[in-house]
Amino acid sequence: MPKHELILLKNMMQPGYTGSLTDYEKTGGYQALGNTLGKIAPSDVTAMVRKSGLRGRGGAGFPTGVKWGFLPKDYQGPRYLCCNADESEPGTFKDRQLMERDPHQVLEGIVLACYAIGAETAYIYIRGEMVLGSKILEQAIGEARVAGYIGKNILGTGINADVWVHRGAGAYICGEETALLESLEGKRGLPRIKPPFPATHGLYNKPTVVNNVETLANLPHILNKGPEWFAAIGSPPKSTGTRVFCVSGHVKRPGNYEVPMGMTVRELVYEHAGGMRSDKPMKAFIPGGASAPFLTPAHLDVKLDFEHVAAAGSMLGSGGVTVMEEGTSMVWAALRLMEFFYHESCGKCSPCREGSSWLVQTLRRILAKRGRMEDLETLSDLCKNIAGRTVCAFGDAAVAPIQSTLKHWRQEYVDLINEAEAANLIMPGQVGVGR
Amino acid sequence: MLIDKYKDEISDILSRYPVKRSALIPLLYLAQRDQGYVTESAMQEIAHLLRLTPPQVYETITFYTMFNLKPTGKFHIQVCKSLMCALVGSDTVIEWIKTKLGIAPGESTVDGLFSLSTVECLAACGTGPMMQVNDDYYERLTEDKLDRILADLRSTGSSPLKSGPFMWPEPVSTKR
Repeated sequence: MPKHELILLKNMMQPGYTGSLTDYEKTGGYQALGNTLGKIAPSDVTAMVRKSGLRGRGGAGFPTGVKWGFLPKDYQGPRYLCCNADESEPGTFKDRQLMERDPHQVLEGIVLACYAIGAETAYIYIRGEMVLGSKILEQAIGEARVAGYIGKNILGTGINADVWVHRGAGAYICGEETALLESLEGKRGLPRIKPPFPATHGLYNKPTVVNNVETLANLPHILNKGPEWFAAIGSPPKSTGTRVFCVSGHVKRPGNYEVPMGMTVRELVYEHAGGMRSDKPMKAFIPGGASAPFLTPAHLDVKLDFEHVAAAGSMLGSGGVTVMEEGTSMVWAALRLMEFFYHESCGKCSPCREGSSWLVQTLRRILAKRGRMEDLETLSDLCKNIAGRTVCAFGDAAVAPIQSTLKHWRQEYVDLINEAEAANLIMPGQVGVGR
Repeated sequence: MLIDKYKDEISDILSRYPVKRSALIPLLYLAQRDQGYVTESAMQEIAHLLRLTPPQVYETITFYTMFNLKPTGKFHIQVCKSLMCALVGSDTVIEWIKTKLGIAPGESTVDGLFSLSTVECLAACGTGPMMQVNDDYYERLTEDKLDRILADLRSTGSSPLKSGPFMWPEPVSTKR
């Protein structure tokens, strides 16, 4: 067992814990709901969450209480809460565990958030592939409804909050909050231009909050133990609480590890995840999912919190830590991620739609040993002309693997191109090898 | 007609949303469950039910990868090929299935039993290489495990090797 206190994975680490309503109640589940609804004013709940320092766990890391505070106070019509369960970022698999193993913890967080923002309807937008997760959530919602934790007149307080599961259908972009809303409205999941922000013009053009699964799962604990308790965990003042880091790649024990924010990558990888799977040393790691730039073993002592990872030139993102051993081709790794982004680009913005295709073609050509030295300049140029020139952050994410591998392992690109030039494989006027 | 067959289910779906169009993806899933893919007549019926035009349904359905517009095999095998699975051997898994079933990604076996696709990340990166067969995940795949899964599917239509609820690493005390 870990030395530090677990918050989100604590229940499921207990032998025999099934995640049923009875099991959850035995661990103190739904107490936060009973102690909050009708007893603490919604604005005070928001203030507590702000004070806790909780920041969004989906990727952007925006302070949750501040986000809730953007909702118009005097708006009389309906408001909505959307639980973003469209976990699709390569390297990230924490929300799936939270939903499948302890669904009521997520549901309690959803109802608390509904209460704080004054929403009577919440939708859990879960990625379509997670059929089991959606069934488990549906069942848990049924149990909670019968027990009076969800639905009309919750626990006799006169407060209503209905929760529905809505399955996506296989589109990474729907994890972006405005694309999620479009998709939930039955359209293509194309991101919207912001402003206006969902806080004022969200689902059906009504005030809406979109929060990640892990973010919401923290709420019962903050309400139970107080914001000061939460704010003291991790790396205060800006990165409080724990984080469920998903460790994948060339490690002995891949999996989800909940640790206080601010733990070093070295400790997470070598102590928790068992170190490298073979005797080969580490060559590279990604600290926060596919959208986060690659880092090198020189960054092993970087603290895993929002500020330190950003200062090291990457981002904490969705908490997906992927480790690669010596011998892994970084050009190949960049291509694999680029193929993902190319496949998942929604197509709304030309720089991303066209640029991702050209990046994939250029990388494939270099790997096929048909590259030219000017390809390096082309790659850099393309990246610069995609990042920051799209409606959503997808464009910035898509170029991260290439920009960071070009920065840290440029020689690998050069070597592959040199091999091509040495073999005299380049024909005048030759262009991409196609998809 | 879907409405005759699934009247209660359809009205339950519609009751969840204040705007009809939101029911589009759930209704497309219903149609796909019914026929194995979404037929043109189902699209037209859904358009009528939601007061949309057929192109509005079509533009939505073609955006999402999980809807089939033509029949697939009884078992749709989708192997993740993203970086995290590739680091731990998904290319080998794809090659193994290709050899065993004699089909390439995008193809189905002649008996109509299996279809193979390669897909991007399915959020099982810590337990790769992995694949999804219809609604089920199969993780930490090896050649031996693949053989057993394919044999199970052939003989019983299901396999006990499917995974979930997801927990990894498992708590030490419950390890067997």
